Amino acid sequence: MTDILEVKDLHTSIDGQEILKGVNLIVREGEIHALMGPNGTGKSTLANVLMGHPTLDVTKGQILFKGEDLAGIATDERARMGLFLAFQYPVAIPGVSVANFLRQAINAHRKARDPEYKGISIPEFRKLLKEKMDLLEMAHEFAGRYLNDGFSGGEKKRAEILQLATLEPSIAILDETDSGLDIDALRIVASGVNTLAGPNLGVLIITHYQRILNYIKPDKVHIMLDGQIVESGGADLAEHLEEQGYDWVREKHNGKVEA
Amino acid sequence: MASSGDIKNLQDIDQYKYGFSDPDVSVYKTRKGLDREVVEQISAMKSEPKWMLEYRLKAFEHFLERPMPTWGGDVGGLDLDSIYYYVKPAEMEGRTWDDVPDSIKQTFDKLGIPEAEQKFLSGVGAQYESEMVYHSIQEHLEQQGVIFLSIEEGLRQHPDLFREYFGTVIPYTDNKFAALNSAVWSGGSFVYIPPGVKVELPLQAYFRLNIANIGQFERSMIIVDEGAEVHYVEGCTAPTYSTDSFHSGVIEIIVKRGARSRYTTIQNWSTNVYNLVTQRAMVYEDASHDWVDANIGSKLSMKYPSCYLMGKGARGEILSMAFATDGQHQDTGGKMVHVAPYTTSKITAKSISQGSGRSSYRGLLKVHDGAVGSKSNVVCDALLLDPHSRSDTYPYIEIDEAEVSIGHEASVSKVGEQQLYYLMSRGLSEEEAIRMVVSGFIEPLVKELPMEYAVEMNRLIQIQMEGSIG
Repeated sequence: MTDILEVKDLHTSIDGQEILKGVNLIVREGEIHALMGPNGTGKSTLANVLMGHPTLDVTKGQILFKGEDLAGIATDERARMGLFLAFQYPVAIPGVSVANFLRQAINAHRKARDPEYKGISIPEFRKLLKEKMDLLEMAHEFAGRYLNDGFSGGEKKRAEILQLATLEPSIAILDETDSGLDIDALRIVASGVNTLAGPNLGVLIITHYQRILNYIKPDKVHIMLDGQIVESGGADLAEHLEEQGYDWVREKHNGKVEA
Repeated sequence: MASSGDIKNLQDIDQYKYGFSDPDVSVYKTRKGLDREVVEQISAMKSEPKWMLEYRLKAFEHFLERPMPTWGGDVGGLDLDSIYYYVKPAEMEGRTWDDVPDSIKQTFDKLGIPEAEQKFLSGVGAQYESEMVYHSIQEHLEQQGVIFLSIEEGLRQHPDLFREYFGTVIPYTDNKFAALNSAVWSGGSFVYIPPGVKVELPLQAYFRLNIANIGQFERSMIIVDEGAEVHYVEGCTAPTYSTDSFHSGVIEIIVKRGARSRYTTIQNWSTNVYNLVTQRAMVYEDASHDWVDANIGSKLSMKYPSCYLMGKGARGEILSMAFATDGQHQDTGGKMVHVAPYTTSKITAKSISQGSGRSSYRGLLKVHDGAVGSKSNVVCDALLLDPHSRSDTYPYIEIDEAEVSIGHEASVSKVGEQQLYYLMSRGLSEEEAIRMVVSGFIEPLVKELPMEYAVEMNRLIQIQMEGSIG
């Protein structure tokens, strides 16, 4: 197995305030990792710094993706290299249909691989989109709606997974994808992720609750506290958290992470 | 936007693909500037009836007396003494493209007009400088009594119909530029749709300025008789010059009982053109009129298409879109005047400002006493692409009737960093992401255009933005 995403001693600040204080993480091809932790410990910051959010400064450490250092590489290029982030709060793009958006995104990816690429044909695109929507049990008219505009929480999350399915990245980060979903929506989203996960896709699920892990079985579970990953283990670690909460982790690491 | 790369304010003039000019082939022009004699010369060139000359002269007197408007855009840079008020491009107006002089025909070929005519139009009129050089309509429509002529031919061939309506919708006393147009008008279309006739494909008029320092004073009249339907489209372009040109049209539309009409403008003048236009429709019982007004070009546009809802149940709609980039001011909007009961109106205005561009929405909603049960809804949205772009909203609302339902919403938004980040996280470049947000913003208007124009509009917007984004 190749190391596909490797985070080494990553420190990140927002407006001069340090949020990530030395994160280490390796996600290999085909693995499913869960990153858990209480609110405000830096989980979403990690997701966004991996994606190259322009307001986040990496002050120390590095991110390697497929062996390449991502420092100085813009968000769009990271995406075209095969990194994907399913957002916790996807923004609306009024007037742009899901289909139109996805078609342009696919073209951007394919053109990056082949500068001569002329763009996906309408029949090919329709076939592809239909296939992916069926996989996620989405009504086809969804493709005609304006992206995230007036979508319910569940629809937004499903649209994120549809994008994941269509763009076929090598690493997908799901930032609190389970939050705000009812049980049916959670089941559909989880089964979508399970279908997509495989030897070519590594997944990093960021979550506050253990709930989604009843549907998606992680290979590894990490616990984040105050800007560091403080515990790593197998699926049983998540179950342990479910029973015990985060207090024992806090007690165990108190002082250590503050220092 | 600071951290994700500033949008640079580079207006690459070459991006305007219609900026080419051709040699001056005019067969006659009045001297620069305007006086009574020039007005008389224009009238004489057209061998007009006496009443028309008298009308022009009265309008000219009014124009002189009337002060320049001090509201709206800055017209201070417009030097009225340095322009040609009348330029006759050719000896005669053609009924076929073969009748049009080669150099002029080539221009319209480059603009794709004859091709469009073949594909998806019911009729085409083409104006070059001050005169229509071409007017043609499908034979079957002519046989049904549809009239589509240059305004001059309308006056010659249908003097009674012409005189019955000319100046009734927009009198020369309306505003200073309506007075000017009434004095020196030349070119434009005369359209009559007989009762019950539905013209399915659009009629298009295309306006082209060629020489520098020209004034174009198009005058159009569209009469849609009871139960008839028509869609009229106008487009306009001009060469890019360092000195200013001037376009000041007057469009009068009468929509009779149960009729439906739509007037679509795709204004794409070069950025040295002052565009000061008065457009108004009188809409009678159960009739409807739509203005679809897209202003992309020009240095300054002041343009507020209006509907006077004169008959019970009349309906008016304005879809206004303005794009102002460096050095441009689009002062546009619309007016809805509810005179009769149970009339409805809707204004949707979308403006985009980029670089030092400024777009202003200026609108009037007036409901007269007695227009009971009337409804109106006004929505204006502005999108700013740069921190120093500017957008203003001037909504005037005058309601003299209690029993009405009025809605007004306005919003100003910036292309958000979060939107760009989101789109870029899917692999789109920053430039593609901005274009996507802009095209989504104008989508509600673009989807109202016939397919061919929608494609053209998206392309124009892309061209406008090219080279302006870093």
